[in-house]
Amino acid sequence: MAWKDIFIKRKYATVIIPKESSVKVKDNLIEIENLPDIKDISEVLEKEYDKDIFSKCPSCGEMLINLDLYENLNVCTKCNYHFRLDSKQRIEITFDEGSAEYFDENMRTLNPLNYPNYKEKISNLQKELEINEGVITGKAKINDKDICFGAMDWKFIMGSMGSVVGEKLARMFEKAIELKLPVVVFSVSGGARMQEGMLSLSQMAKVSAAVKNHSNHGLLYISVLTDPTTGGVTASFASLGDIIIAEPKATIGFAGKRVIEQTIRQKLPEDFQSAEFLLEHGFVDMIVNRKEMKDTLYKILTLHSGGDFNGES
Amino acid sequence: MGSLDFELKEIERKIEEINKFMKSTGIDLSGEIDTLKKRKDAIQATILSESGPWNRVLIARHKNRPNYKDYVEGMLEDFMELHGDRNYKDDGAIVGGIGYFNGIPVTFISHAKGKDTQENILRNFGMPHPEGYRKALRLMKQAEKFKRPVICLIDTPGAYCGIGAEERGQGEAIARNLLEMSDLKTPIISVVIGEGGSGGALALGVADRVLMLENSIYSVISPEGCASILLKDSSRADEAAKYLKLTAKDLLELKVIDDIINEPAGGAHNDIKMTVDNVKEMISKHLKEIMAKDINELVRDRYNKIRCIGVYSE
Ligand SMILES: [Zn+2]
Repeated sequence: MAWKDIFIKRKYATVIIPKESSVKVKDNLIEIENLPDIKDISEVLEKEYDKDIFSKCPSCGEMLINLDLYENLNVCTKCNYHFRLDSKQRIEITFDEGSAEYFDENMRTLNPLNYPNYKEKISNLQKELEINEGVITGKAKINDKDICFGAMDWKFIMGSMGSVVGEKLARMFEKAIELKLPVVVFSVSGGARMQEGMLSLSQMAKVSAAVKNHSNHGLLYISVLTDPTTGGVTASFASLGDIIIAEPKATIGFAGKRVIEQTIRQKLPEDFQSAEFLLEHGFVDMIVNRKEMKDTLYKILTLHSGGDFNGES
Repeated sequence: MGSLDFELKEIERKIEEINKFMKSTGIDLSGEIDTLKKRKDAIQATILSESGPWNRVLIARHKNRPNYKDYVEGMLEDFMELHGDRNYKDDGAIVGGIGYFNGIPVTFISHAKGKDTQENILRNFGMPHPEGYRKALRLMKQAEKFKRPVICLIDTPGAYCGIGAEERGQGEAIARNLLEMSDLKTPIISVVIGEGGSGGALALGVADRVLMLENSIYSVISPEGCASILLKDSSRADEAAKYLKLTAKDLLELKVIDDIINEPAGGAHNDIKMTVDNVKEMISKHLKEIMAKDINELVRDRYNKIRCIGVYSE
């Protein structure tokens, strides 16, 4: 991308001007003199860029304008790299506007093990992110189809599953039974929440039991795996969907790559534990681009409308 | 170093000195040495039985701790091992089969750690691959069909971390067990007999009753792993062991488990028969209670029990 293109694209984009250049205003037009002769501004931007304006694609290195990135659902316009979404962004791009109602918003994390600094960590994150825990649950619509959902948040201690995450998800599955609704869960998690010890591990059994209960009522559960889905979440509800979808290139696995490398003392191949690797080995049904996610979910929901779904016939 | 460790070092130093002295002078001080050795044994026993979580970690991993084989021999009659997951292969890290427990046919499933290097290599140190969990599930579904109670023994550092394990879906295998065990229509008792390492342990641990031997441990992550991630120093494992609340007593208080089984002084390895007898007695007691329930009630109670674990406010 050249300098000119950036200004044409965004009337108000700001760009770091190299030191040797000078800026003048002439007849209401900005003139930049002595611009270094480069075809691609990435080199300059890479060193120092305004994160409010630009993001660098970790996959292809392209400097992307945040507004473009946002409009493209946080997917790189050049190489299709899927940037991580937080729980609020996920809800915003997946469900019909204004359709989401939230469950158990007042549930709060405690420190049952008296783990050092855990309380402070939680309350700092709550203030910073304006969410209470690593998952938002509720009820929403996908092209007018009612569903119950869980959207996990990687920003909250890597979406790790403590008592609150487990309880909120289990209650959401139970609420879905009561409402006779399908469930869609977007997983993103590093696994168990170490600071809650065995209470955390027990949430794996809890949510899996709730999934089984929901399933026993003949209801559909779609599990969407996003980057990264690992550890205790992979070893419980994330792997238990009737249909399992993954976002392209997402890291999905049980053990961490570093742990495996230490165990087997060799380097792992690049695509190990990628969504594509899981598709090849038979653990996901399909890989779906974020842009097509909502429509794909809608199609699956529609294909499951034959019986008692949503009270229609 | 604790004062007992210090005294222990002192005693060892003294014994060595006296031995040297005896050799060089020819004076017999063996009575003195016997007294010191007795004191040494007493201190070692105290150190092991001290309630510190790290000591329990060491006892739980003791190389002579009773393993699956001791329980098969001491608790079951006519045990027959059944092999394979019918999909890929037989995983030696989990042993399963059928036999009589107090005259009742049961399905028995246990993580299998070896007692020597050769057996440990064969059994992958009790760390199962997905096919191990799938074998366990196959045997549990069989138990459900033939209305046999299931006895699971937990004794693993964790599910194996490797390429094959990931390719064959370690996560899915564990998840499937959690899901199916949550409403298996037959009684299930799980006993942590040694190490209960994370998801790989839980995959045999969704049960009507979860019991733990007094010095066994059950943890979301190994103390070493916790220390290296959260304390950035794996040598601080003893400190991490305190934070993790991984002892039987802690987990009973947190309502993660239902009962504690006593061990002989100093740990189960000091008296294998007594340990196995204690485990057998407690399994009998709990099995009697859960077998008295109507099957729908049993499964409902199991669900409610699993659902209630967790601490939060609202
Ligand atoms: Zn890119």
